[in-house]
Amino acid sequence: MTALLSLRDIWVEFGDKIVLEKINLDVAAGSFVSIVGPSGAGKSSLLRLVLGQEAPSRGTISLDGAVLPPECGPDRGVVFQRYSVFPHLTALQNTMFGLECAQAPLLARLFGSARRAARDEAVAMLEAVGLGDALQLYPAQMSGGMQQRLAIAQALLKRPRILLLDEPFGALDPGIRADMHVLIRRLWREHALTVIMVTHDIREAFSLGTRVLALDKRRHDPHAPHRYGATVVYDLPLRPREDEAPAETAEPEDKTPPQKVAV
Amino acid sequence: MRWVNRKMRRNDRMIAGAVPILALLVLYLVMAAQRHALNPSDKILPLPDAMARGLSALLFQADPLSGHFLFWTDTFASLQRLGLGLGIATLGALVAGLVLGVLPPVRATLGPLVTAIAVIPPIALLPVLFIALGLGETAKVALIVVGIAPPMIRDITDHIASLPREQIIKAQTLGASSWQIMIRVALPQAMPRLIQAVRLALGPAWVFLISAEAIAADTGLGYRIFLVRRYLAMDVIIPYVAWIALLAITLDFALSLASRRLFPWAHGASH
Repeated sequence: MTALLSLRDIWVEFGDKIVLEKINLDVAAGSFVSIVGPSGAGKSSLLRLVLGQEAPSRGTISLDGAVLPPECGPDRGVVFQRYSVFPHLTALQNTMFGLECAQAPLLARLFGSARRAARDEAVAMLEAVGLGDALQLYPAQMSGGMQQRLAIAQALLKRPRILLLDEPFGALDPGIRADMHVLIRRLWREHALTVIMVTHDIREAFSLGTRVLALDKRRHDPHAPHRYGATVVYDLPLRPREDEAPAETAEPEDKTPPQKVAV
Repeated sequence: MRWVNRKMRRNDRMIAGAVPILALLVLYLVMAAQRHALNPSDKILPLPDAMARGLSALLFQADPLSGHFLFWTDTFASLQRLGLGLGIATLGALVAGLVLGVLPPVRATLGPLVTAIAVIPPIALLPVLFIALGLGETAKVALIVVGIAPPMIRDITDHIASLPREQIIKAQTLGASSWQIMIRVALPQAMPRLIQAVRLALGPAWVFLISAEAIAADTGLGYRIFLVRRYLAMDVIIPYVAWIALLAITLDFALSLASRRLFPWAHGASH
């Protein structure tokens, strides 16, 4: 399979502090890539690079063969740990926002039949993530899990080429987190998504991912720890997409950890 | 029980809040009565009946010179100036705050200018305004605008600039342009803060209004107070001040109610 996303010789530096060094990475379409690593290893930096929120100091990132500008765009969807939804819009309005922006450049609001069509599409998506009963609720009236479901629905409606998840379930309690794992796995399969997820939770990384990347510093200078950046130290292909079929109802705990593959 | 943990029931709160106000009124009446016992024609602390007489002349008797009922023409003139000043300042603060808050290049270009204008005491600009704009309505409205707009602009700008970065990023991943982010993400979230800013600006706006009217006007609440001051007419000044307070409280209450009605999402999770 050809790479959907490729990073070539990526460096991220802030002043003389090197965050990421020499990252070379190809992400195939349809894969679910989990990124793990210790705090400060640049997991979120890597995600922000792909998102376009930050530009690399060196190197190029290309999507479908085209070099990405250092700016966010509708081809890459994102769900953050917090603040991913608009507090002043109801669930339905939050979900319709993306459609309204695309179809009404000047007012960013739709009327008449266009509005009804967008509404139907948004309702269908909200039902798919289990928010069919919460259309008129504001985010402040929702639990953390519901807000993340809403953020996912919002992102998926734009049919992004890649969905980026930045510790999306980190703030949720364990029961809700397991539900969200089932949901994201189902959506990943049904919508043929390509997902990159940053997580602290190793078990989550292995149970959801088709590939796990571990970021860490390969070298360490005790006198100048900031002069070496993190890079991909482990790149573990777990399973091809097809093997995922029976996993929907399985608990994440049932998964046997895969063999470690030294790089 | 510690005082920090003491909760007041609604009725208790009303009673507790009324006590100091009533106490002040009683104190005034006692002092006025004492002065009148010594000198029945005392003008410094008029009794309620004198205030009623003083005010009723302005309320119900047309001014022989102009034929107007002065209390109402004063009120109308002042509210018109205040309304115009507040309206222009609010609209300006919203537009400027939005542009400055959302677009970093504009903030870098115009932010220091707004800060510089905001630190000038507006009353010091009053002569400039009178010289430049004449002694008419324009200068008075302009003083209110110049006085309250800069802090409002700064407040709205800061509020919008401190919206979570995640929201702005998310909007872009949903295909929003700078303009769409401005009108659909920043504008609605600025509105409750704007109402809050107007409420806080009401106090200064009244100060600037009364100052402008005191210096150059031929009608208005501030003009009347400063005019009758020459005759020690406390029986008119005190009711006028009370009326101004009532108008200000009504405006503040109406704004607070409007914010809760129009933007329920901004007022707590329970709605």
